[in-house]
Amino acid sequence: MLDQTGEAVLVKEQSPWLSASGQISKNILNFCRRKPLGAIGGSVVLVLAFVALVAPVLAPYGDREIIREESGKVPVYHSPSYDYWLGTDHVGRDTLSRVMYGARISLYVGGMSVGIGITGFFLLGVFSAYAGGKVDLVIQRIIDAKMALPGLVIALAIVAALGSSLNNVILAIIIGLAPAVVRTVRSQVLSLKEMDYVLAARAVGASPARIMIRHIAPNCFATYLILATYYLGFAIILEASLSFLGVGSPPDVPSWGGMLTMASQAHIKTGPYTAIFPGLAIFIVVLGFNLLGDALRDVFDPRLRGTGS
Amino acid sequence: MREYTIRRLALFLPTIILATMLVFALFWIVPGDAAYMILTGGDDDAGKVSLEQLEQLKEELGLNRPIYSQYGHWLWDIMRGDLGTSIWYKVPVWDELENRFYVTIELAIMAIVMAMVVAVPLGVISAVKQDTWGDYASRIFALIGIALPTFWLGILMVYGLAYIFNWLPPLGYAKIWDEPFTNLQQLFFPALALAFHDLAFTSRVTRSSMLEVMREDYMRTARAKGLKELVVVGRHALKNALLPVVTISGYQFGRLLGGVIIVESIFVVPGMGTLLIDSITHRDFVVLQGIILIIAAVTLLVNLIIDLLYGVLDPRIRYS
Repeated sequence: MLDQTGEAVLVKEQSPWLSASGQISKNILNFCRRKPLGAIGGSVVLVLAFVALVAPVLAPYGDREIIREESGKVPVYHSPSYDYWLGTDHVGRDTLSRVMYGARISLYVGGMSVGIGITGFFLLGVFSAYAGGKVDLVIQRIIDAKMALPGLVIALAIVAALGSSLNNVILAIIIGLAPAVVRTVRSQVLSLKEMDYVLAARAVGASPARIMIRHIAPNCFATYLILATYYLGFAIILEASLSFLGVGSPPDVPSWGGMLTMASQAHIKTGPYTAIFPGLAIFIVVLGFNLLGDALRDVFDPRLRGTGS
Repeated sequence: MREYTIRRLALFLPTIILATMLVFALFWIVPGDAAYMILTGGDDDAGKVSLEQLEQLKEELGLNRPIYSQYGHWLWDIMRGDLGTSIWYKVPVWDELENRFYVTIELAIMAIVMAMVVAVPLGVISAVKQDTWGDYASRIFALIGIALPTFWLGILMVYGLAYIFNWLPPLGYAKIWDEPFTNLQQLFFPALALAFHDLAFTSRVTRSSMLEVMREDYMRTARAKGLKELVVVGRHALKNALLPVVTISGYQFGRLLGGVIIVESIFVVPGMGTLLIDSITHRDFVVLQGIILIIAAVTLLVNLIIDLLYGVLDPRIRYS
C-alpha cells in the first residue's frame, strides 16, 4: 500500500517534467510539419548562430589575415578555388573566413539592437496604451514625428554625429526601430486592457505597474517574439547599409556591408566574387528571419491564419 | 468629411514642429561645437583656431544664447526659406540642394509608380488564383524581394549592365525637361533597384488585402446577381482592397527616401543622397541638417496627403 503510494507520488512528480520536454519537442515537430518554410527559416537562423559561435574554429584563415602563399605571393582577387572557397579580396584576405566572422558582427549588432530596442519600446508601447490620456497622446505625437525620419537617414545622422563604432550603430538602429514597435504593441494593449482579467486584477487592488508587467505584457509575448524575429533581419540590413555607405562599423571590422563597399567601387570588374558572397549571406540570413517571422505570426495570430502571404 | 480633414490638418502642425525639434536636437548631440567646426572647415586641426576667434563667431552665430532662443531663430530662418550656409561649400544650403532635390524626388516618384504598376496586378492575380503555381511564383518573388538588400541588388545591376550587357547609361546628368529620353535612361535602373523592395512588399499587402475582401458577403452577392468576374474582382474587390495598400505605400515612402541614399551612391546619381553622404564625410552638419529636414517635411506631407485621400476613398471615414 505504502509502496504503491510512493510509486504513485514518484510518477506524479516525474510526469510534468517529462511531458514538458516531450511537449516542446512535439511542438517543434508539429511546427516543422505545418510550416516547412518557417522550419527552413529557423534552420538558417540556427546555422547563423552556430557559425558566429565557432567562427574562429571553422574559418580557414583569420578575419584580418592577409594571406601569403608559400611562393611569397599574396593572392589578390583570387577566384573561388579549392584553397579559397569563396575567393579572396583586394588585399588578399579569404572571403569565406571574413563572411564567417561577419556572421558574428551581424548577430551581435542585430541581437543587441533588437534585445535592447524591442524590449524597451515594447514596454513603452505597453505603458503608453495603458496610461492612456495625455501621456499616450504625447508619446504618440513624438512617435509620429519620428516616423517622418526614415530609419536609415536618422541612423546616418547619429553615426555621423557620434562617430562610427559598432555601439553607435546599435544605438542608431535602436532609435530607428521605435515607431513600428511602439505602434504595434500599443494597438494590441489597447484591446487587452479592456479584458475582464485586467479589471479583476484592478479590483483586487493590483498596482498599475503590476498589471502591466504581470498581466498585460505576458499576453503580448507572441507579438514581442514576432517583432523581434522580423526586426533582427531589419537590423542586419540596416547595419550592412551603414557599413556599406562607409559610416557603420570601422573598415577593418569584417561586416558584410563593409565588405561590399570596396566591391562597389571600380573593383567589381576585377573581383566580382567579392561583391557576390557577402551580399548573398545577408540575403539568406534576412530571408531566414522573415520566413521564421511569417510562420510564427501564422501560428500565434489566429486572425491572420489562412490569409498568410 | 470636413471635420475629418480639419482634425487631420490640426494634427499635422504639432507633428511637424516636433519633427523640426528632433532635427534640431540631432545637431546638438554632435561632440564639439558648430563654431569650431566652421572655423576649422571640418578639418580637425585645432592649431589654426584662436580662442578669441571662436568666442567671436559663437557670439555672431548666437551660440551663447539659451537653446530655446537658438531653436526659435533657426525655425524662423527656415520658415523664410533660409536653411543656413554650408560649412564646406560656403554657399547657401538651398542653392546646393535645389537641383538635387528635384532629381531625388523624380527618382522616388519613378520608383513608386514602377512598384505600384507591377505590384497591384501581381497581388490581385495571386489572390484570385490562390494556391495555383502563379500564386506560389508571385509569393516566392515577394519573399525574395523583401529580403534582398537594396545595395546588393544595385551592385549586381551595375555589374550586370556594365560587364555582361556592356551597357552604360549616357554620361553627364540630363534634366528631364531638357532631354527626357536621356534622363529616363539614366534613372530607369536606379529607380528599379529602389522600387524592388517596395514592389515585393506592396504585392504581398495587395494579396492579403484582396483575400480578406474576397471573403466578404457582398462578393457572393455580386456574383449571385450575375456580374462578370472581371467586374466583381475589379469594381467590388480591388476597390475595397486598395485602401490598406495606399496607406502602407505612404508609410513606405519614408523608407524609400532612405533607400534613395544608397541607390544614388551606387549609380552615382547627383541627388540629395550623394550630397548627404558628402556632407557626412566633410562633417558639414548644416547641409546634413537641411537634407534631413527636407526629407522629414516631404515624408510628413506625403502621409498627410494620403490620409486626406483616404477620407475621399473610404466613405466610412467621410460620413463618420
